[in-house]
Amino acid sequence: MPKSVDRSTTGEPMTLSFGPQHPATHGTLRIVLELDGETVLKATPHLGYLHTGFEKLGEHLDYNQYIVVTDRMNYLSPLSNNFGYALAVEKLFDMELPKRGQYIRVIMAELSRIADHLIWLGTSALDLGAFSVFLYGFQQREKLYKIFENTTGARLTTSYTRVGGLLRDLYPDFEDEVRSFIRDFPKKLKEIHTLLTKNRIWMDRTKDVGQISSEDAISYGYTGPCLRATGVDRDLRKVEPYSSYDEFDFDVPVGSNGDAYDRYLVRMEEMVQSCRIVVQALDNLPDGPINVESHKISLPSKQETYGHIEGLIHHFKIIMDGHGIQPPVGEIYCATESPNGELGFYIVSDGSGTAYRVRVRPPSFFHFQAFDRLIRGGMVSDVVAVLGSLNIIAGELDR
Amino acid sequence: MSGQQTGTEVVEPQEPMVIQQLRGKFSDHILTVIDQRGELSVVVDKDASFQILEFLKVDSNLSYDFLVDVTAIDYSQMEDVLIEYGYARYMLVYHLNCFPTNERLRLKVPVSEKDLTIKSVVALWDSANWLEREVYDMFGINFDGHPDLRRILMPDNFEGFPLRKDYPLRGRGEREKFNFGRENV
Repeated sequence: MPKSVDRSTTGEPMTLSFGPQHPATHGTLRIVLELDGETVLKATPHLGYLHTGFEKLGEHLDYNQYIVVTDRMNYLSPLSNNFGYALAVEKLFDMELPKRGQYIRVIMAELSRIADHLIWLGTSALDLGAFSVFLYGFQQREKLYKIFENTTGARLTTSYTRVGGLLRDLYPDFEDEVRSFIRDFPKKLKEIHTLLTKNRIWMDRTKDVGQISSEDAISYGYTGPCLRATGVDRDLRKVEPYSSYDEFDFDVPVGSNGDAYDRYLVRMEEMVQSCRIVVQALDNLPDGPINVESHKISLPSKQETYGHIEGLIHHFKIIMDGHGIQPPVGEIYCATESPNGELGFYIVSDGSGTAYRVRVRPPSFFHFQAFDRLIRGGMVSDVVAVLGSLNIIAGELDR
Repeated sequence: MSGQQTGTEVVEPQEPMVIQQLRGKFSDHILTVIDQRGELSVVVDKDASFQILEFLKVDSNLSYDFLVDVTAIDYSQMEDVLIEYGYARYMLVYHLNCFPTNERLRLKVPVSEKDLTIKSVVALWDSANWLEREVYDMFGINFDGHPDLRRILMPDNFEGFPLRKDYPLRGRGEREKFNFGRENV
């Protein structure tokens, strides 16, 4: 909120460069602040430090190779990105996964939403001086990362999805481990609630800080928790359900104020709802194949590749350059509700094995754009609070 | 996209309401309507693109109030698209979303290399600011009326436009020549 400043005593505004290497940026981005005393008059974000040409790479890698690139976009929840991209290519083919594959994807996406929100919670609380929350959050996240590592073989670069399926099925102890996590997690979340939700310091630092109205949020292209914190009830899992999300019962938490505190509350509740989805998916997890039954799309099993000539040919055709997965000519925009908001992939296919154009619509890009609007009139210390509450991920911001 | 492509058909008899309204108001400016895989695309000409976007946003019957994305495509290696739109090399793509009904619409605007300028839509949506800067940065398309048109992801002293098809994947030696000079703050 704008604070009244006695301008008679101030001369030239002071310029403060925040970042690119500041502990609160959690990545590499830079904000040039114009200050009058401690009041922020203007904030100019500079980005591009992590620009890696992901969209250009999409024109040169084939459809399955690109999944590796999607890991690096939102590196707090790579499983959600893998999911969103694979779904887009499948939409291009106009095909759907068998139910088991869809459910596993939902489970992994929701677990990665919890992991993403936990890191966001830990780091944004740490930036405001709450060190215990950071440790509490990371302890829980570590359990999830163990599960991810056991499932995908990697903690961060998961690359778990394939076009038309998944890398592999779940491991035998998966269900027990996830259920034991879900059993404990609400208690741990309550502990974090007791540390923060009614904490005087936390409330003073986040309430009415970085506030945005729902009209402005829509105009700035806000999606995900940041939009819902302003009171707009829009969740892509509800309004355009994909991958069997319509079969799960869950609520969409909505805030009212659009400030950093509401963004915190919305994310906290989203973790609880994600737990509900995971439990339902585990309860109803169907048996059967995880990949689409087409040897033009998904790799045959090893026995088939080594034991039958057809299997070997299918394997060869999918792997070799120029023979692999070739979607029909056309274009598709496919959006999923990633932990940060609407993650969209716009893919133009010319019928060959590589996309003609891959466009990524990253939610952070839109959230960061409104930063000047959010912080103007605030204090220098609010910069950290607002930046933390938006959860800007430089990897997807710069692509 | 051309009419012979698989899965592409121009739906004539029962067009969606948004297309009927657009045809009623801007019939001369609509080049093609594509309804493919459940996604609606309209190709319109450049002169009317701003008015059409404004109409889509402001008109209460449609209220496409959410600008999802603005991007561009360099069609220079797709011959059939080039032929269809009079050898206009670039295509600007707007993705719109209507919150009340959650309908999506894709608006495509051909931009020829001779006149790489199009009217900015920052006046309609705040989010267009950085999106248009990115299109300018990556494709070199200028936006008339943009308040702050400069590069966003690439450094200010960068030459060339990386997402153009004639720009090589590994660059033109910028890595070796990169100037870490202090002139760009």
